[in-house]
Amino acid sequence: MAKVLVVTSGKGGVGKTTTSAALGTGLALRGHKTVIVDFDVGLRNLDLIMGCERRVVYDFVNVINGEATLTQALIKDKRLENLYVLAASQTRDKDALTQEGVGKVIDELAQTFEYVVCDSPAGIEKGAHLAMYFADEAIVVTNPEVSSVRDSDRMLGLLASKSRRAEQGKDPIKERLLLTRYNPERVTKGEMLGVEDVEEILAINLLGVIPESQAVLKASNQGVPVILDDQSDAGQAYSDAVDRLLGKEMPHRFLDVQKKGFLQRLFGGRE
Amino acid sequence: MNIFDFFRERKKDTASIAKERLQIIVAHERGQRTQPDYLPALQKELVEVIRKYVNIDQDQVQVALDDQGGYSILELNVTLPDR
Repeated sequence: MAKVLVVTSGKGGVGKTTTSAALGTGLALRGHKTVIVDFDVGLRNLDLIMGCERRVVYDFVNVINGEATLTQALIKDKRLENLYVLAASQTRDKDALTQEGVGKVIDELAQTFEYVVCDSPAGIEKGAHLAMYFADEAIVVTNPEVSSVRDSDRMLGLLASKSRRAEQGKDPIKERLLLTRYNPERVTKGEMLGVEDVEEILAINLLGVIPESQAVLKASNQGVPVILDDQSDAGQAYSDAVDRLLGKEMPHRFLDVQKKGFLQRLFGGRE
Repeated sequence: MNIFDFFRERKKDTASIAKERLQIIVAHERGQRTQPDYLPALQKELVEVIRKYVNIDQDQVQVALDDQGGYSILELNVTLPDR
């Protein structure tokens, strides 16, 4: 049975799309047929991060409106056999997504895919609501910073009450924390909330910690999900997170200040 | 308290300040999340009733519902103006 994951955060710019692209690609790398769905109608960006922006012909809203079939709208990744993207529409119509329409598309995707990764827009408006509504599991992307942590807590409240699972009285959405843009050096100096602090405040399981990394911008510049840069710290941290998502026990890396030599740094050696 | 403690106190790192502030606001907001939907309307109507007799502002009335497990306590706190 397919698993529907939502990548959400409340606050914008914390790394939802980067995370959706990385986790979706990581699942496909491990042989799972995966689709990443962009819910940010009006401001689509997943296509750019995935490097398929010039191949978008039909989008999510076209499928909902019956202007295209799902097969026509799904964009197959050029690098990986098992990976597909469903782009968001650039329409300015806020009501383009309907609960009924989205539900139909998700259920249809769930028949052919093992994982459906929903990339939520920021905020708590309709797009964000619909991205989480059908989810089985949620990945709450948070930066170690006050406004992001508070917004994440707000999203946890919504995940618990405003979902199909909650309304049907099923088991609640499994919530997991992904702490991104983590800077161990600043944590040591007492300038940044540590991973234990954020875990304590939000009180949910930790999926992973992604270090603040130059690799993320380099990857998005090129339209390559950062997880494919397996030499980078962020790429490796995302890779560990995918393994944990699949139930593997992985120790958390990159939590401490890296004391590496120049050459090691250059070649991104593992611990 | 010696002089070193004094300086340490003042140089409390910003991450701890962030954590404390978050713990307070998050606890407060979680409390509001679990309150019944009718509470704001109840508060508004109570203010209107009291206003018939005493001149008060909205923020001079606090309504809190405290869930004690088996039962709940509705607490009404009205600050009356000086006469």
